[in-house]
Amino acid sequence: MKESWVLILGANSDIATATAKYFARRGYNLQLASRSTDELEKTASDLSIRYAVDVKSLKFDATNFESHKGFYNGLEEKPDGVIVAFGTMYDQEKAQKNFNLSKNTIETNYLGAVSILEIIASDFEARKHGFIASISSVAGDRGRKSNYIYGSSKSALSSYLKGLSHRLADTNISVLNVKPGFVDTKMTAHLELPTFLTAQPIEVAKAIYKGVKKDKETIYVKGIWRFIMLIIIHIPAFIFKKTDL
Amino acid sequence: MKLSGWGRYPVIDSIRLTFNKSKELLEHLSNNKSPLIPYGNGRSYGDSALAKYHLPMRNLDRYLNFDPKNGILTCESGVLLSDIIETFLPRGWFPKVTPGTKLITVGGAIASDIHGKNHHVAGCFSECVREFKLLLPNNNVYTCSREENSDLFHATCGGMGLTGVIIQATIELKPVNSQWINQTTVKTSNLKETFEAFEQYDNKAYSVAWIDTLAKDHNLGRSILMTGSFADDGDLSYKPKSKFTVPFDFPTFALNKTTVQIFNKLYYAKANSGMSRQKVDIDSFFYPLDGINNWNRIYGKNGFVQYQFILPKSDSFEGLQQIINKIATSKFGSFLAVLKLYGPENKNYLSFPMEGYSLALDFKMQVGLIDFLHNLDEIVAKLDGRIYLAKDAVMDKDSFEQGYSQVDKFRKLRNNYNLNNKINSLQSERLGL
Repeated sequence: MKESWVLILGANSDIATATAKYFARRGYNLQLASRSTDELEKTASDLSIRYAVDVKSLKFDATNFESHKGFYNGLEEKPDGVIVAFGTMYDQEKAQKNFNLSKNTIETNYLGAVSILEIIASDFEARKHGFIASISSVAGDRGRKSNYIYGSSKSALSSYLKGLSHRLADTNISVLNVKPGFVDTKMTAHLELPTFLTAQPIEVAKAIYKGVKKDKETIYVKGIWRFIMLIIIHIPAFIFKKTDL
Repeated sequence: MKLSGWGRYPVIDSIRLTFNKSKELLEHLSNNKSPLIPYGNGRSYGDSALAKYHLPMRNLDRYLNFDPKNGILTCESGVLLSDIIETFLPRGWFPKVTPGTKLITVGGAIASDIHGKNHHVAGCFSECVREFKLLLPNNNVYTCSREENSDLFHATCGGMGLTGVIIQATIELKPVNSQWINQTTVKTSNLKETFEAFEQYDNKAYSVAWIDTLAKDHNLGRSILMTGSFADDGDLSYKPKSKFTVPFDFPTFALNKTTVQIFNKLYYAKANSGMSRQKVDIDSFFYPLDGINNWNRIYGKNGFVQYQFILPKSDSFEGLQQIINKIATSKFGSFLAVLKLYGPENKNYLSFPMEGYSLALDFKMQVGLIDFLHNLDEIVAKLDGRIYLAKDAVMDKDSFEQGYSQVDKFRKLRNNYNLNNKINSLQSERLGL
């Protein structure tokens, strides 16, 4: 396999770290990008030593939209794939009261992705190859009172990815929408999640890898969430509004 | 949560202080949560990693730098030796010193100053440690080596985690040209023959003997001595083997003196008499028990105590005869009994090895065991020997002080760096460290 590079944006997250490891183990060189690079450099050293691949750590800020073009053009190697793993989630009640939190949620989870992915999609189109994977969420499948600010940012992202996939349908560039349900990470550490519905970061990593290889459009992790959400989105409003979901 | 060492005795309630970033680690160290002790992979047998609060170190598991020409690895302290072997053996490097399990962290290897079958040649793990970074409760990180902060270096190697949190270490690996070991097995009929065999094969890189501690009279001390050295065939295609798991605790009556005696007889009989040669893989040679997940369950729910002592060479023969006799005539049987000839002691304050013979025994936890072990402690102390802290669960302060002449140096250092109020384990409290 010739030298392949994968760019992971938001590389400090638990899912991104597991995904980086999964790809490195299979011989991919990595460009790991995040706002803070101190810990990232150590992860980069580890992966490059452990799996004998090239791993670079780079500064990237999802909400600094003006910097995105310069960032992508400044990459020494043009990636053969990109994984969008940055995202933020605030407490719903706090976000309701403080618009800055909502704004940041939308700017990070949706606008940041749109900004960088438009740049990357154009480049992939011109080079006629590449894969794009972006981590959305089941929370985007239906707005629910417990989480709709985060959820709506992910709905927007999912819709965007579907459209992007449609745009690139005639090319061999794949666009994968990854929808995790509950995952055991830093982001959810403060929540008590039911074990049988909660995935480990490595499961998400494996699903992303397989999803990319098999050219899938949307995947749910764990798989059972596809069916859970199918039910949830079909519950009629007069019943749903009586729930605490 | 419930926490114990590998012997599953004692078991205590302990609060886990997890951390993701170094900021959180610093917070745990500087707040008032104490006593606190770092916790690696839980392979020490007794209570050296047990305290009201513990810091799980396995999250710090990254390689930071590797010099492929000289085999120098810098890594975070939570990296397991099994990781290092899996990554680097295929590249022709192996840990210079490894104990009987590869499922220990680098931090734990330093804190217990572990040793292996090649101690008589290569010394303890600290011999391959160039330097490490140690975080103290005063929030300072000290780089420790033989040249820099050497007091902290010599206290931390063997210091059972009581001098601070080891964050990362730089260690030397040794070049190897095979994943195979050329093993020579020698069967001996009594203790005298066993000692002679150790002397005869002392030029072999690795040597250890399994000894039948229930054989009496003219059979006392009969053993199977295994020596080995790395083969030179260039085959480095190492892949870790899959494991078998003991799925539940065995009933406590399963391992008793009778069953142990039967096991010992069969195990001894199975080995070819005289000398024989085999080529074995590194997992079988170095880590036979790692292949069985949760093998400690064989001892039942009450757990077991591993008792390991060492005697100066001049006293070893009489001392071992005395102790083995005592065991053989008691109701306590140990089927895993390991005998080894060690090289000279090093400069670390609490390091276990000295030039002489060490015997390691497993005893199922049962009524009367602790008193019995205290009796053995007295014999060991009288003979100027000592007990290995990484195995210890029951030793008392007096026996400990008799065996470790530099203990006051260690206590003074803990005092000087204000560690006494913050970092303590059940073991350090028992031994007055």
